[in-house]
Amino acid sequence: MPEIKVTPLGAGQDVGRSCILVSIAGKNVMLDCGMHMGYNDDRRFPDFSYITQNGRLTDFLDCVIISHFHLDHCGALPYFSEMVGYDGPIYMTHPTKAICPILLEDYRKITVDKKGETNFFTSQMIKDCMKKVVAVHLHQTVQVDEELEIKAYYAGHVLGAAMFQIKVGCESVVYTGDYNMTPDRHLGAAWIDKCRPDLLITESTYATTIRDSKRCRERDFLKKVHETVERGGKVLIPVFALGRAQELCILLETFWERMNLKAPIYFSTGLTEKANHYYKLFITWTNQKIRKTFVQRNMFEFKHIKAFDRAFADNPGPMVVFATPGMLHAGQSLQIFRKWAGNEKNMVIMPGYCVQGTVGHKILSGQRKLEMEGRQILEVKMQVEYMSFSAHADAKGIMQLIRQAEPRNVLLVHGEAKKMEFLKQKIEQEFHVSCYMPANGETTTIFTNPSIPVDISLGLLKRETAIGLAPDVKKPKLMHGTLIMKDNSFRLVSPEQALKELGLAEHQLRFTCRVHIQDPRKEHETVLRVYNHLKGVLKDYSVQHLPDGSITVESILIQATAHSEDQGTKVLLVSWTYQDEELGSYLTSLLKKGLPPSTA
Amino acid sequence: AKSPILAVPEEPSNSLSKKRNPHVEVYCLSGHPTLPCNVLKFKSTTIMLDCGLDMTSTLNFLPLPLVQSNIVLYFCVFSVDVFFLQELKECSGHVFVDSVPEFCLPETELLDLSTVDVILISNYHCMMALPYITEYTGFTGTVYATEPTVQIGRLLMEELVNSIERVPKAQSASMWKNKEVQRVLPAPLKDAVEVSMWRKCYTMPEVNAALSKIQLVGYSQKIELFGAVQVTPLSSGYALGSSNWIIQSHYEKVSYVSGSSLLTTHPQPMDQASLKNSDVLILTGLTQIPTANPDGMVGEFCSNLAMTVRNGGNVLVPCYPSGVIYDLLECLYQYIDSAGLSNVPFYFISPVANSSLEFSQIFAEWLCHNKQTKVYLPEPPFPHAELIQTNKLKHYPSIHGDFSNDFKQPCVVFTGHPSLRFGDVVHFMELWGKSSLNTVIFTEPDFSYLDALAPYQPLAMKCVYCPIDTRLNFIQVSKLLKEVQPLHVVCPEQYTQPPPTQSHRTDLMVDCQPPPMSYRRAEVLTLPYKRRYEKIEIMPEVSNKNGEKDGGFLLIQPNSSYCFSSPFD
Repeated sequence: MPEIKVTPLGAGQDVGRSCILVSIAGKNVMLDCGMHMGYNDDRRFPDFSYITQNGRLTDFLDCVIISHFHLDHCGALPYFSEMVGYDGPIYMTHPTKAICPILLEDYRKITVDKKGETNFFTSQMIKDCMKKVVAVHLHQTVQVDEELEIKAYYAGHVLGAAMFQIKVGCESVVYTGDYNMTPDRHLGAAWIDKCRPDLLITESTYATTIRDSKRCRERDFLKKVHETVERGGKVLIPVFALGRAQELCILLETFWERMNLKAPIYFSTGLTEKANHYYKLFITWTNQKIRKTFVQRNMFEFKHIKAFDRAFADNPGPMVVFATPGMLHAGQSLQIFRKWAGNEKNMVIMPGYCVQGTVGHKILSGQRKLEMEGRQILEVKMQVEYMSFSAHADAKGIMQLIRQAEPRNVLLVHGEAKKMEFLKQKIEQEFHVSCYMPANGETTTIFTNPSIPVDISLGLLKRETAIGLAPDVKKPKLMHGTLIMKDNSFRLVSPEQALKELGLAEHQLRFTCRVHIQDPRKEHETVLRVYNHLKGVLKDYSVQHLPDGSITVESILIQATAHSEDQGTKVLLVSWTYQDEELGSYLTSLLKKGLPPSTA
Repeated sequence: AKSPILAVPEEPSNSLSKKRNPHVEVYCLSGHPTLPCNVLKFKSTTIMLDCGLDMTSTLNFLPLPLVQSNIVLYFCVFSVDVFFLQELKECSGHVFVDSVPEFCLPETELLDLSTVDVILISNYHCMMALPYITEYTGFTGTVYATEPTVQIGRLLMEELVNSIERVPKAQSASMWKNKEVQRVLPAPLKDAVEVSMWRKCYTMPEVNAALSKIQLVGYSQKIELFGAVQVTPLSSGYALGSSNWIIQSHYEKVSYVSGSSLLTTHPQPMDQASLKNSDVLILTGLTQIPTANPDGMVGEFCSNLAMTVRNGGNVLVPCYPSGVIYDLLECLYQYIDSAGLSNVPFYFISPVANSSLEFSQIFAEWLCHNKQTKVYLPEPPFPHAELIQTNKLKHYPSIHGDFSNDFKQPCVVFTGHPSLRFGDVVHFMELWGKSSLNTVIFTEPDFSYLDALAPYQPLAMKCVYCPIDTRLNFIQVSKLLKEVQPLHVVCPEQYTQPPPTQSHRTDLMVDCQPPPMSYRRAEVLTLPYKRRYEKIEIMPEVSNKNGEKDGGFLLIQPNSSYCFSSPFD
């Protein structure tokens, strides 16, 4: 039986290092190639030796698909393609292709230049890696090879994020990457058609959360920022340069405008302006409202938000600073955090998910004394707020996507095991489909039951549909044909054509059956009784009484002879060809039941 | 209540009477080879390919002046009969209709257009008749087009509606269309064809209603129609988002080639490989100026422009608000400094000028490789962003308002409409026509420049004709056909003979084997095709029952796809 195999090398019962291997109809596809923010050792990258120990990865993988530019989905890509070695195609959308190398370079700089690591990928490797990338349009069907095709759907999550359908013949898998089912201030909602994949691999970051209305969250956020600024405190919002940053900037920009506030808002790092440029140039990927009004007013041109300089952190008075990275695990956000953490007037707002092991995760789980580098203890007195602005689907959203796509199986990745367990049960209850949640390195096998496409000769199709009554769309109809399997193709042709093609002589197969009937009358009288009986029962068939004393029902022949020993028993000889098997066997069983009592 | 522009066909459409038609049929609704409108009947679906609007009819009308002028155009009354004194005017030997300009619609009587299932649009120039079709024929189907096609098509329609509505004309001439009357009129009015199909322009609400019926598609997206036919747009290289279409079932493939280009300008290159193995290839939208080399024309454009400005004259470039103008601005960007034109202002005047310039920068995915790479940096793909930033290029919605304050001469003005019958261009023709220092440079190939200029004669200003048409020429076509090897080629009759003015140029026609089948307006072609197989699916229950008593049921489903199921179901 055909099967689909899935093995997560990362993101199996975990968030981070997304990397999922899929085998479908003899094709191997790698979905995402991410890094783990919680680790600084070998565990930060997926273990590609799982794919092959010594061969080249290119020989084992038909293609690699990157769902979006977040590093936990693409951070290991240069390592994978340039250091381990992969030369096959890598697919991503245009915005992802544009932004991905910049984040990779940023990541490389922090790791090599700041932390002083060696044996890491180089800038040149990032460039070489990006040369292997093929950019895809939304909804474009990309033919990876003759059999394997992929198609991207809009996923919302961040600029350029996509879900991918992977299809070979009638079998298909959909991988969601990260997605968001509700439109926000700058992006639209994820959408997929009812493509009924054999398997849906979905993220489950918020598997158990049902988020309150976005409006409340936004109001809450603005209130907290406003209050802190009013009392002269400083607000730190750790973000990634692209994504939630733009969402929150739009939110604060409009609020500052409306309230006529004067406290400065800064955005750290040189990425900002560049980042906003990407949003302007890829405006077709944002939501409808922004797309519609961009000619009059481009939402990504901010009036109140200025570039941040390191020296500003020590300025007196209130301010709001967006600083990267978002999980407080390195870089500028961590530096500012250390400076401001000691003052209870200040506030840090974590707007997104934090991976285990990061400072962000620690303070969110209530830790107030942090051990920093060099055994230094940092006491956190500033207020710590968590506000989920991550653009992930919540439990309701995940269910909604399953309803949209109608998969036959669901597989959960990119989430925590406990929460997955809960969602898995819910999915199985509500949709009656199997749901899986493999751990990293664990293989899930799903059996599929694909239909087999067959070429039918037009002559046969016309002949068979013309037989009998006009085709009725509601009623099944029997047809005869010969299936020829040759050169990996299936053709259904008429038996005559098949014989001709294969150079075979036709054999006639005839069934003959004797049915004994108790009837003392003369042979021709028995025949007449049988004739009348069949004529009465088989109204739609042509039943004929031939001059030679035999009966035909269509092409089936019935003859009666007296039994050689017992004249009171008549023997009915029923003879039919293989093609009339159905009618022939029906007739014999009918006759075996005997004739109705004669009225004559 | 507004009277409908088109008569609704009297017979009610009966969808049940749709039979399975074994033929491929092409209904030709437009006679204009570059503004096609064909209907393809294929596998019981009815597909309209493009709906081009023939605007050459407007050349028979008087220009719509923007500023009440008592000068420039002097018209004598043309006297055949007292009755149409009002609607016909004579000017320098030509007679014009003094009325709201009208356009020639595609045929609406050849078949019941309410039975059209889908409309496929290939580029923004070929959708200008869309509101007439979707709003007045009982059309209930879906229109498919790419996002740039829709956005820029909207801009073209907006500009058209705006430039006609801002000059209200009380008069709507119809008497001259009477056959008896038309017969005695001088040429070209006498020879105007299909005048009964001429209609005035649609309105913005109609444009919006028509555009709301469009579903956006991307290149190489496979779109299933009723499970019977699959259609796919392919990049055609001619304009932003321009596409050719593949219409196919499992065993038949029709390629629709419309407005394609092999030159490297701003759009994504043409996808030729996917056109291979077509049973039928419908070929439309070839270059209208087969003898002119676009590169040479651009060079001539630049040198004429520079010469005029250096002599203190102004340059007028009548153009559409999108398309070749992007390439011209890019050439000028590279040219102006070396030509010493840095201080000459460039004005782009159109109600949609700003939108067009902005939109051009956001379609990275639809651009050629070089421009895509710029977006990845991230930089705007077109250098006109820099021209605007440095104040070398300024854009205005119209000549009224800010423009009149900023206006400095000598200058270069890009504005529409290329027919010179409406839009801001009319004002500049009136303003600059009397001085031989000025030059009007024609770059758009859609209108004969002599006809366009007729009502402005006598004219002192210089006229330069540099038509830039990047669409396929006949050499490229024969190379393409050799490459993709279609079984049959179908094209407008104009392509099967040399141009009427150059009857000796037998190289200026489509040459292929077997010879192309040609069509003309209001004709129906039945295309030969032979098919021996059809696709069905055997359900796994049947295929798993090998060894058991075999036999299966053929289910014929309403969408005419077949499936083979077990007799035990």
